[in-house]
Order: sequence, then C-alpha cells, then structure tokens
Amino acid sequence: MMTEKGFELRGVSVGESNQRRLDDVSVDIPASGITVLAGPSGAGKSTLLRLLNRLDVADQGSVRWQGSLLDDLDVLAHRRQVGMVFQKPTAVPGTVADNLRLAAPAMDDDAVVALLATVALDAGFLNRNALELSGGERQRVCLARTLATNPVVVLADEPTASLDPDATAIIEASVQHLADPNGPHRVGWVWVSHDAEQTERLASRVIALDGGRIVRPELDG
Amino acid sequence: MADTDIGLVGLALSGILVGLALVLSLVRRLGIAREMIVAAARALVQLLIVGVALGLVVEDDSPLIWTWLWLVAMVVFASWTVGQRAREVPQARCLAFISFTAAAVVTLGVLFGLGVFEPTGQAMVPLGGMMVGNAMTGTVVASRRIVAEARDKRDLIEARLALGLPSNEAFAPHLREALRTALVPQIESTKAVGIVFLPGAMTGLILAGVDPAEAVRIQIAVMYLVLGSVATTTSVMALGLTRAMFTADHRLRWLPLVEN
Repeated sequence: MMTEKGFELRGVSVGESNQRRLDDVSVDIPASGITVLAGPSGAGKSTLLRLLNRLDVADQGSVRWQGSLLDDLDVLAHRRQVGMVFQKPTAVPGTVADNLRLAAPAMDDDAVVALLATVALDAGFLNRNALELSGGERQRVCLARTLATNPVVVLADEPTASLDPDATAIIEASVQHLADPNGPHRVGWVWVSHDAEQTERLASRVIALDGGRIVRPELDG
Repeated sequence: MADTDIGLVGLALSGILVGLALVLSLVRRLGIAREMIVAAARALVQLLIVGVALGLVVEDDSPLIWTWLWLVAMVVFASWTVGQRAREVPQARCLAFISFTAAAVVTLGVLFGLGVFEPTGQAMVPLGGMMVGNAMTGTVVASRRIVAEARDKRDLIEARLALGLPSNEAFAPHLREALRTALVPQIESTKAVGIVFLPGAMTGLILAGVDPAEAVRIQIAVMYLVLGSVATTTSVMALGLTRAMFTADHRLRWLPLVEN
C-alpha cells in the first residue's frame, strides 16, 4: 500500500553539543518514491537513517512516522513497516530460504521464490548457503529478506557501496521496479548515497546533508 | 590416619622448590624472578592469615554466623574482582554479585539442603570457596566473550533488530556462541579429571589420610558443585548482560572499548 505521509523530523539533534552528528534537522521525508540522502562522508546521513528505524534515538527534537511520534509506536511493529538494508551485506548463517524466513517464519517455498524474483535471483538460490554467495548476491538476499516483512518504506544505507558496477546496476533496477508508483509493489525508499551519479540515476527527491545539517532539502528530481 | 602436619621446618623446606624456580629463572634470564618472589611471599602471607581466620570460623563451637559472613565476603570480593578483570563489561560488579548469590543459593542449597554435607563451617567455607572461585573465572571469561560478541557482530545483531525481532531473539545466536566458547574449556577439563590430573580437593584429602574412595566421592560432589555453579553464574550473567546491553525499546547500546 502506498502512503504519501512519511517521516517528519523537527529540531532533531544527535550527539554532544560540541560534536553534533545531526544538528537541529527539520525535514519531511515521503513514504513513496526514492528519496536520496546525499552528502559527503560524516555528513550525518547514516545517523539520520538509523533514527527512522529507531536503531538510534534523537537527543533533541521529534521524529514522527505517518503522524505518530516514534516514541509512541510499538518499535518492533514499526521496524517491520520501515525495513532497513545496511552497507555491508548482513546475511546470517544458513540457506537463502533460512535468511528470508528469519523475517517471515511462515513463508512457504513459493513465496520465497517469488520474493527472490523481485531482486533478480532465481529459484536455484533457494537452498544455497547464503554465506557462500558473492557480495552482490548476498546483498540482494538481504534486500529480499527486508521485503519479506512487507514494508511501506525501505531504508537503504549505501547498500551498493562495496559492490561492482554490474551488481550495483542489478540492485538499482530492482529498486526502481519496486518503487514504481504504477507497479505492483510501490515500496518507498530512503536511500543514502555519496555517489552523485547514483543519486542522479535513482532519486525522485534529494535531501542533501553536510556537517549534520540539511543543506538542500527536498528538491524534486 | 597418617601424620600430615608438615610443620614449620617442612614448610621452610618446601620453599627450596621456589628457590629452584628462581635459579632456573635467573639462569634462563626470564626476568620474572622478582614477580616470582612477590607471588610466593604473597601466597604465604595470604594463606597464613586465611588459615588463622578459617581456624576461628570452622571451630566446632564457632557460631554459624561467621561462616555466613565469610561466604558473603567471598561473594563480594569475587564480584569486585570480576569488575576489575572485565572493565568493558557494563554493570559487571553488580551482575556478578547477583550471579554468585544465585549460584550460592542453588548449589549450596542442593548440597546442604538435601543433606549431602552437614551444614557446618568446616564444610560450607571450603565448598563455598570452590564454588565462588571457579564461578569467578567462568564469569569473567563468559561476560567478556558476550560483550566482545555484541561489539564484533553489531551489524548482524542490528540486521535482526531491523527486521522487527526483539533484542533477546536478535542476540540469541551470538549469546549461544559466546557461552559455548566460554564453557567448552570447563567441560573439557571436567572430562580430563582423573586421567590427566588429580583435582586439588581429592589430592588434599588423600594427603590428609582420608580413604581414597571417600575422597573420590567428595571430589565428584565438588565437581558437580563447580559445574552447577559455573552454569548458574554464566546463565544469570548472560541474562543480566543482555538486559544491560540493550535498551527497553530493543536498541543495542554502544559498547566502548576499554583497556583491561
């Protein structure tokens, strides 16, 4: 289900007053399309992303999701609505199917295969050892695992930063297909990147950060 | 029963062995002669003091309250030691104190509550010492391993949390790994008992003239006490540490690197 109303951050700061990782950030992030958080290393992009999944909390200010303060929401249910993919593939020991069932234990093989197809992996991967896959394949398994909770939005923390161009292209194509507002999935993305070309290729909106502050909010791409 | 009192002369003669170790250290230029002298002297003074104090506690007409106070002191000292040896472990002293207390209640409760041993100072103090001493080593190893696992595998733990798993489930595979790593040496050494080495309690009893069969029975009870206490302390420590490392809203706290 596509939901336009996403995150609202108001006066958000993270870190000690003399070492702010985010400094008085106020911004709206939609729950649809692909919003790229752009900026150099240390700009506060990953810190902001972690707040949205509540892996970290703000020292000051408020974060709302679909109108509700994150503090008031059931954090476990929230994390299933707002999935997260990390820079380093985080496949756990076991088969590819085991990895997907970590997110959705009741999922049958057909559902696993269907989910793998959305990230361009065929049924042959089902029983492969996840830790023996290439970096790109493992990252796609992690992406499929995140999608297994049927999230409204996926937060992606530079998931292609350590991948080669071919693997990056496959993931970008999958993400664009999943985000297509006229497609069957309509998953929103908040994508962290310091790669200007990737931002150009993917972004429907760009939020630029530098030194923990917003320097270019919500420009339409 | 054989006369096993070695007397002051015997004690002094046994010091020849320390001299031998010193000579070897000097010949080999190991640079540890001073530490060796300090260690031998400390052991001598500490044990002489403990011997005198124990004499007062374990006397037949000594009130049992002294025994209880002795046990409490051991638990407090062991908890403090865990805090010193595992500085990177959050709330180490407090959690160790709770763990040792739980282990004392469980293991001494079984041994004395079921009448395996008579609840006298003579039995409670040494058995309490065996329990706390072994549990202390196990607790330090297990708690340091648990914290290292949480720090080193942060990405995998947070990946599970991000899928909506509660913190205890997200950490469970890593906790299992840490406890296994910490407990396997203990289990291995238990297996080797009697084949590779004779345990201290049994050796002491045989030297004191106790029938070897009786010494073996006591030793087995002591070994089970040790196993039970290590299992209890590490389990309670694991439970407490998991609560200390995660917030109520299922976030993994940042665990600073601390030099020990």
